[in-house]
Amino acid sequence: MAAPDKSLRSSLGRVRGLGSAKDGTMHWWAQRTTAIALVPLTVWFVVSVIAHAGAPLAEVKAWIGSPVPAVLMLALVVAMFQHARLGVQVVIEDYVHCEAVKIAALLAVNGAALLFGGFAVFSILKLAFGG
Amino acid sequence: MAEFSLPANSKVHAGKAWPAPSGARRTKTFRIYRWDPDKGANPQVDSYTIDLDKTAPMVLDALIKIKNEIDPTLTFRRSCREGVCGSCAMNIDGTNTLACTKAIADCEGDVKIYPLPHMPVIKDLVPDLTQAYAQLRSVEPWLKSETPPPDRERPQSPAERQKLDGLWECILCFCCSTSCPSYWWNGDRYLGPAILLQAYRWIADTRDEATGERLDNLEDPFRLYRCHTIMNCTKTCPKGLNPAKAIGEIKKLMVARK
Ligand code: SF4
Ligand code: SF4
Ligand code: FES
Repeated sequence: MAAPDKSLRSSLGRVRGLGSAKDGTMHWWAQRTTAIALVPLTVWFVVSVIAHAGAPLAEVKAWIGSPVPAVLMLALVVAMFQHARLGVQVVIEDYVHCEAVKIAALLAVNGAALLFGGFAVFSILKLAFGG
Repeated sequence: MAEFSLPANSKVHAGKAWPAPSGARRTKTFRIYRWDPDKGANPQVDSYTIDLDKTAPMVLDALIKIKNEIDPTLTFRRSCREGVCGSCAMNIDGTNTLACTKAIADCEGDVKIYPLPHMPVIKDLVPDLTQAYAQLRSVEPWLKSETPPPDRERPQSPAERQKLDGLWECILCFCCSTSCPSYWWNGDRYLGPAILLQAYRWIADTRDEATGERLDNLEDPFRLYRCHTIMNCTKTCPKGLNPAKAIGEIKKLMVARK
């Protein structure tokens, strides 16, 4: 707990603070649902990679580009980046207590997730629609 | 940032040692955290060796004996000495529990006693619970109903009443909240397991008519969602309650009303 400041505000006033943000449920729910989605998707991905071990590049490209693997790959990538983003956000909120550093870190994490996620999605679409 | 080491003025030094009384055959040493706000010195750990043949069985009995017979300056809270008031909560052998229900015989080696972790210390084993009590008030732990009160009790079916089991028994000792890492790092905004269990006690009460308002008040990334289901709270609760489950139920209701 942070050291009590010198404010003379009552402790109840301090605890009530700015009130509840009426938020957090969808974040929590998305973290849970992406975690559940990632279990079968990751198993599928690992099994598929093993199955294609040693296959020629053209064959692997064609496989990823075909409809079902492409959609599953997209789902995997989106769920993975979303889950990672939400998880890292929680860690930052837990441990970073300087408001400015916290906002900067959250923006950086969300930006990175968007960019890298977008890059991954683009790569899969490229393979699917004209490698 | 979260604090991973003690500030310089909180570092604990070795303190005084009181030897075993002569002629004692069965002795036990109690190593106890001491801090006196009037001395301006760092906290220290004093050790008291006492004769178990002349001591009642619980850790609280030993503390009372030490205070009465060896060192009257030793300061701690206690009242009921039977696990119903929650006053004597402290950290004994690394676990938050009630001194009055913890048997000395269950402690291996020296008995190490510290105040509840990560709370401001008033003196020795007495933590400052002002913040925790304010958090309790913030969840308005009383029955709210707009329906005019009936002439007699407000009825509940046996099944409805059963929902309060595992909740009403809480004695607000704060063993759970002070064992929770999330409460340590964010106790200024996170309500912690003790308060959330109390909040759920009123959410689960079918006689209460403010359920939605109570959920509104809790729906917050810090007030509620700092709980990461670490389960320290449930592990340490000296009354055998399950605050982590109560928190899980609140989270379920949050999703159910979406
Ligand atoms: S839930 Fe258990 S540990 Fe927490 S305050 Fe209540 S009785 Fe104490
Ligand atoms: S389950 Fe939640 S409340 Fe309990 S110790 Fe873990 S984070 Fe804290
Ligand atoms: S003295 Fe009341 S709970 Fe221990």
